[in-house]
Amino acid sequence: MSAAESTDRQNEAALARQAFTEQLRLLSLSFPALLLVGFIVLVPIGWLFWLSFMDADGFTLAHYERLLHPSYALTLRTTFELAFLVTAVCVVLGYPLAYIAAQMSPRSARIVLLCVLFPFWTSLLVRTYAWLVLLQRRGQLNTWLQDWGIIDTPLRLVHNFTGTAIGMVHIMLPFMILPLYAAMKSIDENYMRAAANLGASPVKAFWQIYVPLSLPGLGAGVMVVFVLSLGFYVTPALLGGGRVMMWAMQIERSLAVYSDWGAASALGVVLLVITLAILWLFSRLTGAVNAAAGGR
Amino acid sequence: MLRRPATSTQITHLQRLWLYILCGLVLFYLVVPTLLVIPMSFSGSRFLSFPPETWSVRWYKAYFNSAEWRAATSVSLQAAAWTTVVATVTGTLAAYGLHCSRMRITKHLSVLLVLPMIIPVILLAVGIFMLFAPLQLNSSLTGLVLSHSTLAIPLVLITVTAGMRNFDLNQEQVARSLGASRPKAFLTVTLPQIRNSVVSAALLSFVVSLDEVVIALLIAGGDMATLPRRMFLALRDEIDPTIASISTILILLSILLLGLSQFLDRKRSR
Repeated sequence: MSAAESTDRQNEAALARQAFTEQLRLLSLSFPALLLVGFIVLVPIGWLFWLSFMDADGFTLAHYERLLHPSYALTLRTTFELAFLVTAVCVVLGYPLAYIAAQMSPRSARIVLLCVLFPFWTSLLVRTYAWLVLLQRRGQLNTWLQDWGIIDTPLRLVHNFTGTAIGMVHIMLPFMILPLYAAMKSIDENYMRAAANLGASPVKAFWQIYVPLSLPGLGAGVMVVFVLSLGFYVTPALLGGGRVMMWAMQIERSLAVYSDWGAASALGVVLLVITLAILWLFSRLTGAVNAAAGGR
Repeated sequence: MLRRPATSTQITHLQRLWLYILCGLVLFYLVVPTLLVIPMSFSGSRFLSFPPETWSVRWYKAYFNSAEWRAATSVSLQAAAWTTVVATVTGTLAAYGLHCSRMRITKHLSVLLVLPMIIPVILLAVGIFMLFAPLQLNSSLTGLVLSHSTLAIPLVLITVTAGMRNFDLNQEQVARSLGASRPKAFLTVTLPQIRNSVVSAALLSFVVSLDEVVIALLIAGGDMATLPRRMFLALRDEIDPTIASISTILILLSILLLGLSQFLDRKRSR
C-alpha cells in the first residue's frame, strides 16, 4: 500500500519536473528577443543613468543642478505646451472622425480607415517634407491664400511654433484615431437606443452614455500621443527651424554641439522619468496600456 | 437618407452635416498634403509648385545619377531586409513562447519586450551610440540592424500575439499527441495558420527600419549613411528638390505595403 503511494508520489514529482522543464523551454524561446532588448536598450539606459550622476571626481548632482537654468525651463515649457496642444487638437479632430467611422457600413469604414492608415505607413520624413514645401513662405498654401485674396502678405507658417504644431498633429492623429475607433466599435448600439427610449435627448445620451464608454480608447489615444509628442525629435527639428527647442533636440544638441555627456544623460533621464510617470499615471487612470499597445 | 426625424430623439443627417464636413476636412488633411508631393516632384524648376509650371523628370535623374543617394538607398534596403529577418524571427519566437508558457513571469517579460516602443527614441539613440563606440559598431551594418531590430520587436510581438489569440492551441496538442515534435508541430500546424500576422509583422519591421531617422542620425555615419539620414540632413540644411522624387518613390512603396497588409488582414479575418 505504502509502496504504491510512494510510487505515485514519485510519478507526480517526475511529471511536475517534466512540466516545469517544458515551460522553461517555452520561455527560452523569448530569450533571443530579450537578449537583444537587454543589450540595446537596458544596458545603455542603465549606463546613461549612471553617467548622469558622475563626473571626473565621482558622484555628483551637478548635471541635474544645471538643468535648473532658465534656458532648460524654457525648453521644458515649449515641450509641454506643444505636447498639450497637439494632444488636444488630435482629440478634437480625431474623436468626430472615429465616431462617424464607427457608425459607417463596413465598406465605407474601410475606406476611412485606409485614409487614416496611409499616413501611418508613409515615411515620417516624407510627410514632414510635404509640410515644409506646402507651408514655406513661397509655398503652396501661401500662394493659394494670396490668389484667393484672403491674405495680402504671406503668412509665417513654418520654422516656428505654428508649423511644428501643424506637422506634429498630422503625424500623431492616426495614433489617436485607431484606439478610439477600436473602443467605439465595441460599444453596443443598444445602449444608445435604451437611453433614447428612456427619454434622453441625443445630445444627453451622447455625453452620458457614449463618451464614458469610449473613454478607454480616448485614454489610450491621449496617452500615446502625449508621450510620443514629449520625446519627438524629427518633425520639430525640421519644421521648427531651430526656433522651437524641444527636450529631445536639447539632448541631441548637448551631444552634437557640446559633446557634453553629463548634460545629455541628465536630460535623457529626466525625459525618461517624465515619460514613465505619465504612462504609469495613465495606466492607473484608465487601465488602457494594453489597448494602447494594440493600437498600432 | 433620413430627412426628417422619425422620433423626437433622432438626429437627421442634415442636422449633423457639420460633422460630416469636419470629418471630410480631417481626411483631406491626413491624405492630400502628402500626395501633393507626387505631382510636384515632376516640376521642371528648382522651385516646386502645384501644378508644376513645367513638367520634367530632372529630379528623378538627379536622384538616380547621384552616387551618394544610390549608396544611401542601398544601405537602407540592406538594413531593412536584415532587420525584417532578425526582428520577425526573434519576435515571433518570443510571441509564441510567451503565449504558450503558463509561467507567471511571462507578463513581465512581455512588458520588457515592449520597452523599445515606450522609451523616447532620442534616448535609445544616445545610449546605443555610447554602447557601440567601444564595440566599434557605430557606422556598421551590424549596428544598424541590431538597433532597428530592437525597435521592431515590440511591433512583431504585438502583431503575432494578436494572431495567436485567434488560434486554438489544442490543434498543436493534437499534432504532438500524434507523434510530431514541438518544432515540427509549430512549423506544420501553427505557423501556417498564423502566417498572415507573421507576414504583417515582417512588413511592419521593414517599414520601421526604412523609416528610422534618429538612431541613424547618431550612429550611421560615413559609408553607412541611410536614406532617411541623408534626407534629414538635406532637409535641415537646404530644401533639395531631389527629395521630392525620393519621396514619391517612398510614397508609392508605402501604398504598396499598406495594400499588401490590408489584403492579408482581410484574409485573416475571413
